[in-house]
Amino acid sequence: MRPFEYVAPTTLREAYGILAGANGRIVRPLAGGTDLIDQLRVGRKRADVVMDVKRIPEMQRLTWEADGGILIGAAVPCVQVYEYPDVAQRYPALGEAARLIGSWQIQHRASLGGNICNAAPSADTAPPLLVYGAVAHIGGPRGERLVPLERFFTGPGQTVLAPDELLLAIHLPPPPPRSSSHYLRFIPREEMDIAVAGVASLVALAPDGGIGQARIALAAVAPTPVRAREAEAVLEGRRPSRRLVEEAAERAVLATRPITDVRGSRAYRQELVKVLTRRTLLHALADLGIHID
Amino acid sequence: MSTFPWERLALRIPIRVRVNGDTHTLLVKPWQTLLETLRDDLGLTGTKEGCGNGNCGCCTVLMNGRPVTSCLVLAPEADGAEVLTVEGLARDGQPSPLQKAFIEYGALQCGFCTPGFLMSATYLLQRIPNPTEQEVRLGIAGNLCRCTGYDKIVRAILAVARGEVQ
Repeated sequence: MRPFEYVAPTTLREAYGILAGANGRIVRPLAGGTDLIDQLRVGRKRADVVMDVKRIPEMQRLTWEADGGILIGAAVPCVQVYEYPDVAQRYPALGEAARLIGSWQIQHRASLGGNICNAAPSADTAPPLLVYGAVAHIGGPRGERLVPLERFFTGPGQTVLAPDELLLAIHLPPPPPRSSSHYLRFIPREEMDIAVAGVASLVALAPDGGIGQARIALAAVAPTPVRAREAEAVLEGRRPSRRLVEEAAERAVLATRPITDVRGSRAYRQELVKVLTRRTLLHALADLGIHID
Repeated sequence: MSTFPWERLALRIPIRVRVNGDTHTLLVKPWQTLLETLRDDLGLTGTKEGCGNGNCGCCTVLMNGRPVTSCLVLAPEADGAEVLTVEGLARDGQPSPLQKAFIEYGALQCGFCTPGFLMSATYLLQRIPNPTEQEVRLGIAGNLCRCTGYDKIVRAILAVARGEVQ
């Protein structure tokens, strides 16, 4: 590996000081390292300084908040997220996605924050975080700011983070009442692969039994993870039916701009989006007592 | 290279790490991996490098009780950590039940992946003492074997879980 310095600040203040004093040097935050260390080794990314953020308490926060939402520090590893009491019940799609990433070896290291900052279009935790309306807490020597996750990704591997900014935490508001959600991805094997396509769907029922709120987000079918708004609009205010779900699945494709690569062709990815949208919607509806065959 | 601030570079970082019960104080390069430290600095060559990018699991060790691919851990990150490698599995010169089972069931051919499988299996049985076959297969999903087809490895692990090899 190309030489770099290693620093492990124990406070945010110290970390901000390092970022402020970078003076043109590339400072790369390190959490689990499962993306970064490989990228440094093969030369896909450069670093003058690797800043390990795992010793900063704010980065390791994992707490339920008073409003029923959850705050997940940027360096909290996937295992901790999906094993945290009630995450699987309240945010099932997030639990499912965190459990799908790599092997146990990877899940013990890889953080949710890293998955987001690496900004792969195929990031498994991105669609669930998008359907839950996640907000990124960002900080740096120039101050702190909140950015909705929908505006966080700007391109493959690109985010709104400035070179002197850190992702501190991800905040999830409480899930809507009478809602359920799921994430599915397609890979040609059972584990240890990168999504050909991934879909998270959230459905909330209105008091009249219709669909009050629908959120659908897609991975690996556009330069960034994206919401499928046309599909959501079809569902909202309507009574769940097989036809409606099929219509939403068709519409989800409108949000895609897939590439053809070694994992799958453009057409194949679009077909997968239909299938996965349908399956996640049907699963979420079934959780709410609406069984459509 | 020309823009790199060599003069400011901390070329060595002191770390203290406990490996298989022995505490070591080492000077490590910031960019060296835990895998390199184990093999090159400590001579613990049981841990193997396969892919070098976290896919094959050959370099799996337990760090603070949790399985990690040591090729994806920087040596300075291991400061203060407790590391268990394949060399630390035997007790009083006796192989661990998993090591015995791997031999008894012929759960290896070339052997290169075996240390990683043993570490993943050790963690698996700590976490799930009575796993189903499916749980065993998921537990070793992060380890690749190109010889055995996995079947004998799965059988060896299940045999230990059932108490048939002690």
